Amino acid sequence: MIGIIGYGSYVPIYRIKVEEIARQWGDNAEAIKNGIKVYEKTVPGQDEDTITIAYMAAKYALVRAGIDPKEIGALYIGSESHPYAVKPSGTVVAEALGMVPDIHIADYEFACKAGSEAMFVAYTHVKAGHMKYAMGIGADTSQGAPGDALEYTAAAGGSAFIFGKGDKVIAEVVDTYSYTTDTADFWRRETRPYPKHGGRFTGDPAYFHHVLSAAKGIMEKNGLTAKDFRYAVFHMPNASFPMRAARRLGFTKEQYEVGLIVPYTGNFYSGASPTGLSASLDDAKPGDLILMVSFGSGAGSDAFIFRVTERINEVRDLVPKVWDQIRTPRKRYLTYGEYAKFREKILMNE
Amino acid sequence: MPIQRFYPHIPQRYRLEGTKCKKCGKVHFPPRQVCNSCGSKELEPYRLAEEGEIITYTVVYTPPDDFKTKKPYVVAIAKMDDGAKLTAQVTDCTPDEVEIGKRVRVVFRKINAEGKSGIIEYGYKFVLI
Ligand SMILES: [Zn+2]
Repeated sequence: MIGIIGYGSYVPIYRIKVEEIARQWGDNAEAIKNGIKVYEKTVPGQDEDTITIAYMAAKYALVRAGIDPKEIGALYIGSESHPYAVKPSGTVVAEALGMVPDIHIADYEFACKAGSEAMFVAYTHVKAGHMKYAMGIGADTSQGAPGDALEYTAAAGGSAFIFGKGDKVIAEVVDTYSYTTDTADFWRRETRPYPKHGGRFTGDPAYFHHVLSAAKGIMEKNGLTAKDFRYAVFHMPNASFPMRAARRLGFTKEQYEVGLIVPYTGNFYSGASPTGLSASLDDAKPGDLILMVSFGSGAGSDAFIFRVTERINEVRDLVPKVWDQIRTPRKRYLTYGEYAKFREKILMNE
Repeated sequence: MPIQRFYPHIPQRYRLEGTKCKKCGKVHFPPRQVCNSCGSKELEPYRLAEEGEIITYTVVYTPPDDFKTKKPYVVAIAKMDDGAKLTAQVTDCTPDEVEIGKRVRVVFRKINAEGKSGIIEYGYKFVLI
């Protein structure tokens, strides 16, 4: 049996409400909340970035796995907000967690799909017998341009998954399937700080086409239908897209609500569907089937089916769970001014 | 800090690696060559406890230029659970939340960045438990 042997997520404590952003730009907050079904989003602290978020998620995953970090053969971090354009994030995380130097490291990019990509490659290394354990992480601290619709959802957070085989497996990988085409729905050119998107073009031909095709593809391949799953997790750039995708595939609210964190976190980009998976694992019972489908603009979806094992009961409570981090009493709401300072949107004298 | 001065300190800044005296058991941080308690030179690498208790702290209202967007912030000395003393910023809190005797845990955060194009330095900070 090959699958996840450790998982962990990290959610920063800072938040900004949709009302606060809407007040800044003269938008109608109620209309926005009705449209995207997102109420607040996370903001990284001034000393947090994709590297520190990946570190925390990886550290929690190691605690749940109960293994020596030196046994990890590969570390892949998927993000669209790596702090350096040239210089990997993974080396810092691996050094800080004591995984170096016998390790293969690479950073991945594919818009919001980079995290599931990192997981896919980590899993296939273990499956091929290249190494005992491999870790894949999806983490982001993404930014929307000030005043752009994306500013309401671009958030920070991430999750890490260690793959391995044998009795340490918490969730067996039943199957994987990827669906990819060349579709320019969302992009950011090298050296530009904020992304551009194709407006209405981002919905049907991009998100829905790829997510639905990947989900249908993997279910058909395995002779499964929506009712066979306990949980379904879809990439969540907002809450309305994944809810519509879920309904079109025949999933009910009970199946998607545990993994649907976006109303209270915003979009974690590469960390979005992985953190929805993490939240579902936090809640899961042995034998449960979980469907996870990511989406990355450009465009493609990676689909995974997991079957939860008895070991979930031994590791679940070892580190902070996703919803406990989302609802933490330490949560601190920022004004737009504080948010602009935190995200370095204020022009300072050099 | 220039990159060539930062890199030799990675084990202690990233992983809290100090030394422990094989003879008397004293833990040193930063790491030492000779035990400052018994004089022994037989020291082994030792990873510090990740939790401790604040023994004193100060609130910085007028920081150096690099930290002027972070003020006010708290720098504390904590006695870690293995007896070592560690100085670090207390992050994710306001100064009024910090008190002597409160428990802290070590986290890994961005310490400083050399402008918009230089190296980013990472290291340990405290958060309140
Ligand atoms: Zn000694």
